[in-house]
Order: sequence, then C-alpha cells, then structure tokens
Amino acid sequence: MFTTILSIIITLLAAALLAKPMGIYLAKAFDYHVTSLDKVYGPIENVFYKMGGIKKENQSWKQYALSLVLANAFMIVLVYLIFRLQGILPLNPSGIAGMDPALAFNTAISFMTNTNLQHYSGESGLSYFSQMIGILFMMFAAPGTALAVAIAFVRGLSGKTIGNFYVDLIRAITRVLLPISFATAIIFIALGVPQTLEPTITAQTIDGAEQSIARGPVGSFLSIKELGNNGGGFFGVNSAHPFENPNALSNFIQILLMLLLPTAMPFTYGRMAGNAKQGRILFVSMAMIFVVFLGITLTHEFQGNPDLNAMGVQHDQGSMEGKEVRFGTGQSALYSVVTTASETGAVNTMHDTMTPIGGMLVLSNMLLNTVFGGVGAGFINVIMYAMIAVFLSGLMVGRTPEFLGKKIEGKEMKLIAVTMLMHPLLILGASSIALFSPLGTDAISNSGFHGISQVVYEYTSSAANNGSGFEGLGDATPFWNISTGIVMYLGRFFGLVTMLAVAGSLAAKKLVPETVGTFRTDTSLFGTILIGTIFIVGALTFFPTLVLGPVAEYLTMQAGGI
Amino acid sequence: MQGLNSIVGPIVRTSFLIMLVGGLLYPLAVTGIAQAIMPDRADGSLIYNEKNEVIGSELIGQSFTSPEYFHGRVSSIEYDGAGSGSNNYAPSNQEMIDRTKDSVEAWKAANPSTPINEVPIDLVTNSGSGLDPHISPEAAFAQVGRISELTGIDQQALRDLVEKHTEGKELGLFGEERVNVLKLNLDLMELL
Repeated sequence: MFTTILSIIITLLAAALLAKPMGIYLAKAFDYHVTSLDKVYGPIENVFYKMGGIKKENQSWKQYALSLVLANAFMIVLVYLIFRLQGILPLNPSGIAGMDPALAFNTAISFMTNTNLQHYSGESGLSYFSQMIGILFMMFAAPGTALAVAIAFVRGLSGKTIGNFYVDLIRAITRVLLPISFATAIIFIALGVPQTLEPTITAQTIDGAEQSIARGPVGSFLSIKELGNNGGGFFGVNSAHPFENPNALSNFIQILLMLLLPTAMPFTYGRMAGNAKQGRILFVSMAMIFVVFLGITLTHEFQGNPDLNAMGVQHDQGSMEGKEVRFGTGQSALYSVVTTASETGAVNTMHDTMTPIGGMLVLSNMLLNTVFGGVGAGFINVIMYAMIAVFLSGLMVGRTPEFLGKKIEGKEMKLIAVTMLMHPLLILGASSIALFSPLGTDAISNSGFHGISQVVYEYTSSAANNGSGFEGLGDATPFWNISTGIVMYLGRFFGLVTMLAVAGSLAAKKLVPETVGTFRTDTSLFGTILIGTIFIVGALTFFPTLVLGPVAEYLTMQAGGI
Repeated sequence: MQGLNSIVGPIVRTSFLIMLVGGLLYPLAVTGIAQAIMPDRADGSLIYNEKNEVIGSELIGQSFTSPEYFHGRVSSIEYDGAGSGSNNYAPSNQEMIDRTKDSVEAWKAANPSTPINEVPIDLVTNSGSGLDPHISPEAAFAQVGRISELTGIDQQALRDLVEKHTEGKELGLFGEERVNVLKLNLDLMELL
C-alpha cells in the first residue's frame, strides 16, 4: 500500500515538474516574433504553408472562428466518406465493411471534437486505412485546432492581435504534437506495444485450442491519443488492452502525456499575458480539486465491493472487477481520475465497474469540465470560470469587474453565461429525453440507480468531449449515435466560438489603470473564490442528478440490499 | 470569386496536408523504424514453439481449463484475442454477484485443500480487457495444492516455479507484482 501511494505521488510530481517548462515552450512555439525555434521548424513549416495555400495574415476573431468551424466541418465530411467507403478502400487486410451512416456520422464528429466516443470496436469496425487516414488524421487535427484556439484566446485577453488559425494549427502539429508523439511512440513500442501492418495472427495454444490475436500500428496511434487528449482506443477496451498498455511503465508515460498540455496551459497563459503569478494560481487551484477527487476515488476503490468482500475471498486488492492485475487498484483509480480531468477519455479500467462513489468522482470531473480540462478547450473553460469568479466578487463589493486590466461588462457576461449554461443544458436535456424514451432506456445494461448513471455519464462524456463511457450502455443504435453526435458537436464548437468572441471584445477595450481598489486576480484569495465558484455552480446544477444515480446506488449497497 | 477561393483554398489544402503528414507519413515512419530496430516487440511479442509456430503472445492471456494448469482470471470473452472486452457489470449488478458466487463455489469444489480465504479477489473477478495475461502471486500460490495433487509434482517445486515467474513492480515502484500465466504454464509443462 505504501509503495502504491508513493508511486502515485511520484507520478503527480513528475507531471507537475513538466508543466512549467512545457508551458513556456508553448508560449515560445506560438510567438510570432522570430525565435530560436524558427531555425528548427521554419524551413519545413514554410513548405507546409505553401502546400496549404496559407497566407500568414492576421485574422479578426470572427475570421479566426469562421476558419476553424469551416475547416473542421470539411474534415468531418472527408472522414465520414472514408468510413462509409472503407470496404472498397486499400489497407484493409481483414476485409472490414463500410460503416453505416449514423455510426459514421457519430464517429467522424467524435474524433473531430476531440471526444473519441467510440460506438464501434476498433478490432472489427475499422480498416487500417480508416485507423490511419481517418482517425489518426483527426487525432492531430482536433487537438491542433483546440490548442490554436486557446492560444488565440489568450492573445486576445492580453490585448494582442488574434493571429492566424492556419499558422497556429500547423505550428501546433509541427512544434508540439508531431515531435512528442514520434518520440513517445518509439518508447511505447520498446515497452511492448505492437506496430505492424500485418493482420490478425492465429496461435495454436498449449491447451489445444486456437487463439486469434488482433494487432496493428498501435504505437503511433497510442502516443497521439494520449498527448492530444483524444482518448480513442485502437482496441475496443482501450488502454486496458495489454497491447495498448503492456505494463506500469507504459501506464506512467500515458498519464504524463495526458496531463502534459492541460497542465502546461496556465503557465503558457502566465507567460503570454505577462502575469506568471496568475497562471500559477490557476494551476494550483485546479491541482487542489484534482487531489481531493483522487483521494476520495482511491479510498472507495480500495474499500472494494461489500457484496463481493462478504464472500470470504481475500480482498485487500480492492475492487478488481473490470481492472487489470498489472495496474491494480491504485494505478487504475489514478488513471481514471487523470483521464476525466484531462478530458482524454482513454481508460485502463472499465469505469462502469467502479464503485459508486469512485464512478461519481470521475463523472464529476467531466461535469465540472474545468479540472485542467482537455488540451486548449479545458483552459478556455478555466478562464471562463475565473471571469465568473471576478464577476461575483465584483457584485459583492459593488465594483465593475476587471480581468487583466480590462472591464468585463454586460456583453461579455452574457456570452459567458450562455457558454456556462450550454454544458448542463446539453447533459441534462439529452439525458432526460433518453430516460423518457424506450430508445434511450433500452440501452441500459445495469438496472436501477446505476442505469441513470450510465445515461448521464454518456452525455456528460459527450458534452465535455471526454469520450470514456460506462460502456455497458448499448449505445450502438441510431438514437444514441445521432443524439451524442449533436451533443458532442455543440459541446465543442459553441463554447470555442463564444469565448473567442469574449476575447475579441476584450482585446478591443482600453486598459484600466490598476489602483488600490482593483480586485487582484493573482492572489490565493482569488484562487479560493475560484474553487468556490466552480463548486457552487457545479453543485447547484448537478447535485440532484448525482443523488439519483451514484449516491443512491452507494446507499443501497451499504444498506445491503439492491 | 477571389474571396471564396481564399477561404476554401486553405481549408481543403491544409486538411489534405495534415491527413498526409499525420495520417500516413507519421505512422509509416514509426512502423519502419520499429520493424527495423525491434521487430519482436513490433510484431506483438509473439511466443513460438520448437517448430517455429506461434503459440501465443506473452502479453495476451490464454484460456486454461484443464485443472492441471494454472488458471487465469475470469474472461467473459474466453480470451478471444480477435476482440477485447468484458461485461461492464456495475458493482450493484446481480448477475455479477451471482457469477462471482459461482466462481467461489467452483473453487471450493475443485480445491478442497485450499480454503477460500486464501484466494485473492483477482482470481474470481473479470479483468477489464478479458485478455489479462497476469494473476497476482497469491492467486498462483493458492492453486499449488490442486495442481500438486493432480500431477504429483512436489508442492515446493511448484512454489519455486511461481516465485521464479513473479515479476516485481516496475522500477520497484509502479504497478503490482504479478505472474504471467502463459509463461508459468509453459514451464509447468516441462515438469509434467
């Protein structure tokens, strides 16, 4: 037990130590002034700009937003066609047929929105062509888009010009995603992850049977899946599959990759906005929520399932249903909190099988959608909450709220308010429709209170662009494909566009000189108010739902009856 | 028309560019390097017999049903590596509780010499992947009594075998101690 806790602390310390240097690197990578990085990446990027027909001119926030929405829409159409036609396209050694329309619609949106909800199973649902040209392509384009928008957003906040979407997108890929993915892919393969274009192999087992073993180009897929907070598995069970996560070292690196960009963003912001202290306060506030959630999850997972423990077996391993022996309860609980905090959605344990309260905490990470959050989009949410905190504080003392020396007024607050409301509206609205209709309730595989959790989890994961699931849910139907497709799309693009509008609006405002009366946003007092705001908003919105699902399940299990 | 071109041009061309670089060149480059420097890993850590036939992968669990072999964890997919997965039973799911009860009863019937309180929970629960190649060392030790009675192999020899196959935590720190069931049984076969 002691070494388990120690290994978790060391993992988190390693992630924290990487955050600041990575944050500063990001600030430099997207700096339009000449930097030393231009020497390395400039020549290849210039070729890409030429091939992409990209003019390096500044865009207004509206042009920036239009570019990102249209470019992503085009990519969705492109990949939709690939999925539909994969049966007649090359690189299909296992002879997999084309996807049906609703599933292709869902999957194309899922990967473009950085969600990676998967209503298919990778081994049997996708050809190698689709896995590479379709999925892998989007696994670069989606986090690249989000990173670009976050950088443009911070530029706007700090009064700079917004920048050019295509230049930022290319830089996100050449300077961040591609080099790190490449290096870690090689490490993963050295640790046992396959990387081959050969098809499924058949083994003659010593017990006298035949065993088919699916494989593929997994290593290159795995690194960008984690780094880009994509989370979609090459195999059906994602990183619980021994080929997609062969041991605790590959597990450790996956956790570092998932946290790398989300935890770096506050420091990037601090550097770009010239307020390193505020960046640090944001980082520490999120880290505190993270640690509390992790602690509760670990406690419950180690307590295990009272109904199984009562059968007389040794149970100090904790809740082992749905978990892998090589990770045990400690590394599984850690991974599940990391993957939901970073909105990655990769799993090394089946979240549906987690103890009620453990499952509730990973769900809560996505409901709040701001405990670091996914690459780019998560940080934009953090700033949104920070502005709400500033606004509430301003109301309490009767002053016009200010953020980074700019007044936050009616126009910005309206945009922020609709953005904030969109998330619960999507989750609760879609969940109630699903729970009212047999189209939704027929999918529930675990009856009772847990069934409510399954439905809410699916839409929360979609709206927060996470992609993990309570996978018992029978969601491979047109109803689920289309409804989660719409939720994922709105959950992604609505907030990106409205928050770009906020940044654009603030960028155009005059700086207000700082006085003794200015409410400072780089103090621990502000950090406390921020955490309070996140919990008050989150609790008021979602607490009733949590009571109906996981809390009720927990209480009935404790009372010994189902 | 000029305006439309300047919007559509970069969208189409940049999309295909990223598709080419991220979706094709990147995985092919990684595949090339991996196949050149570590083909065994890249092909899936396959295990061969003397006749050079594939008998499994050291990373993928196999189903062992004969009572003379060490058994792995419960797998709802019977260790069919063409797919992966498990039932996703909630902790309150009655089917899961019944299944575990059955496993416990089956254990008692097949292992009269080892009481149930020496059986760790990983042996009666379904792994997430359905392909878990490992069990805990305790789960292997618990099976020594049964295997010794059926095969006549000395208990101490079996315990030594389990100890030989016990893999420690990574760097002494990360993950859990475990035993690879396939490799353990391959060695057990030599003793039979």
